Amino acid sequence: MIYRAAIHRTFEAGGQTFAYSAASGAVVALDETSQTVLKRCATPDGVDHPRWLDWAPEEARHTQREAFEELVGMGLVRSEFEPALTADPLPESAFPLQTLVLNVTNKCNLSCSYCYEFGQDRLSDSTRARAPRMSDETARASLDMLFERSGRSRDLTVTFFGGETLLNLDTIRASVDYSERRGRETGKRVSFALTTNATLLDEATIAFLVEHRFGVNISIDGAQSDHDRHRTFKSGKGSYAVVLPRIRALLAAMRGRGGRPVGARVTLTRGMADLAETYRHLHDEVGFESVGFAPVTSSSEREFALPAEEMDRLLRGFTALAEEYVAAAIEDRQHGFSNLHDLLGELHRGVSKAHPCGAALGLVGVSTEGQISPCHRFVESDAHVMGDVKTGIDEKLRAEFLRAGHVAQKIPCHSCFARPHCAGGCYHEAHVRYGDAGSPNLHACDWIRAWTALGLECYARIWLANPGYLDRFEERPKLAVRPSLETPA
Amino acid sequence: MNHLRPINRKAAALAQARLDQPGAARVLMLVDTPYGCSTVFAPGWEVDSSGGTYGLCQPIERDLYDCYHSCYWPAQVPDSLTNFPSWTKTCGSPVQDWSQVDLVFP
Repeated sequence: MIYRAAIHRTFEAGGQTFAYSAASGAVVALDETSQTVLKRCATPDGVDHPRWLDWAPEEARHTQREAFEELVGMGLVRSEFEPALTADPLPESAFPLQTLVLNVTNKCNLSCSYCYEFGQDRLSDSTRARAPRMSDETARASLDMLFERSGRSRDLTVTFFGGETLLNLDTIRASVDYSERRGRETGKRVSFALTTNATLLDEATIAFLVEHRFGVNISIDGAQSDHDRHRTFKSGKGSYAVVLPRIRALLAAMRGRGGRPVGARVTLTRGMADLAETYRHLHDEVGFESVGFAPVTSSSEREFALPAEEMDRLLRGFTALAEEYVAAAIEDRQHGFSNLHDLLGELHRGVSKAHPCGAALGLVGVSTEGQISPCHRFVESDAHVMGDVKTGIDEKLRAEFLRAGHVAQKIPCHSCFARPHCAGGCYHEAHVRYGDAGSPNLHACDWIRAWTALGLECYARIWLANPGYLDRFEERPKLAVRPSLETPA
Repeated sequence: MNHLRPINRKAAALAQARLDQPGAARVLMLVDTPYGCSTVFAPGWEVDSSGGTYGLCQPIERDLYDCYHSCYWPAQVPDSLTNFPSWTKTCGSPVQDWSQVDLVFP
């Protein structure tokens, strides 16, 4: 029977050779024999097993066969008749919900030029006026849906989003009260998160966020000159000077009173500053625990979009920060470069995704009016609406969305080693770029592959020098219990 | 494992599964090309130039596996995914052992 190497990536670190299997997400270290056998299987003809062993030197036959069998077991080599999983059939029963993103308002007191909510790439349909704020009643109906549809999940997350989230603090407070009460009644733990531009963080708000252990993410683009380029008030005035003292107050309160770490989220646009400098400013000077970077989502013709050469610069910046992260990890210190930290966590667990993210699986977004969307990025748009909190999730639309978004449907992904981690990338980005949420984000492929390769190398280097560091990735909350697949009677 | 050293959690789980039940850990994966009978040329339902099947480039018994593995036609063969994963266990080499494959009674 013919066997061939399945899609994988081999890479070197510390003088050793490693392999990452796109089929399983397994990372293994290879000895010389397994390297030889894997190379042989990676030729277009593959090997005809077990006949190929007849040509191996007699003394090597046993070890080569053993290495071959181990490679098959790890998913690095497969027979041409290997049962192929195309798109898994979706379970008959719906996925339990774990995370709800409530768009509590679609109003904002800033008018950042790159905003997908209000900028040139906004999805919202401007011909129809939408409720600017979510009512307490809609929030309660949404939370009821979360609790009722959460199945056996014990840990639930409610994330508040906007617009500027804190413009509707009343609904946030009401939602927190209600969730905590329902959590006590049902024995489920609810945690809260929000993203804010920090303009409205006053003492009372900060106390509330600390008390209810909010995970807070702050949109900030770096030092004043970078931040004020795009993150402006409607007058055009930059917001940095307003937000900085408020952010410092929040950080101090969170740290002093046992709150959760606060993350900075940096949107990268054309002409961005040096990433290491931005990190240094936000982490060392301002005091954020972690800093995450995301290239702006936009169609390519926008003046702020990142052109190809900037993507190269971005990769160099990420590489420099990754070096710092690895050096810190080897000394058993936590570094705040959250993009790499998250990637290493996925590589450590060997995540192999059928869908790029949890949108429409364990997570849905709810608009101010109670429309349900796959995630917060789609709310306020009529694209991919899948029901209403009063009538429930339209399972047919949800299943259609998930079927179209399955990685098996994305033909270019089939031959890519970065597939387990990427699975085609963000639905919303694909929707903006290609008008199709189920399309793979082809403009980002080279970048994602380079980034995944960098992550693998960092992972192996940390494993070689300080394997104990990787234990911290074991402590992540477990995924929801999968609903059992019902077999037809 | 003598030649591969599991590094991440997934690799360790696969290695352990292999120890617990040799042969049972099978990594299911996406194929590298689209699969299914409409996209794979699988000769076998036809005959060779002499009207027989000996000259075909693949054994006709392969058809059994085409349905069982990749397509799952429940009317023709048991399905390998959920209900009868070990249906072909007695059939190491389909060309020789196909007659050992037994009936199933769902």
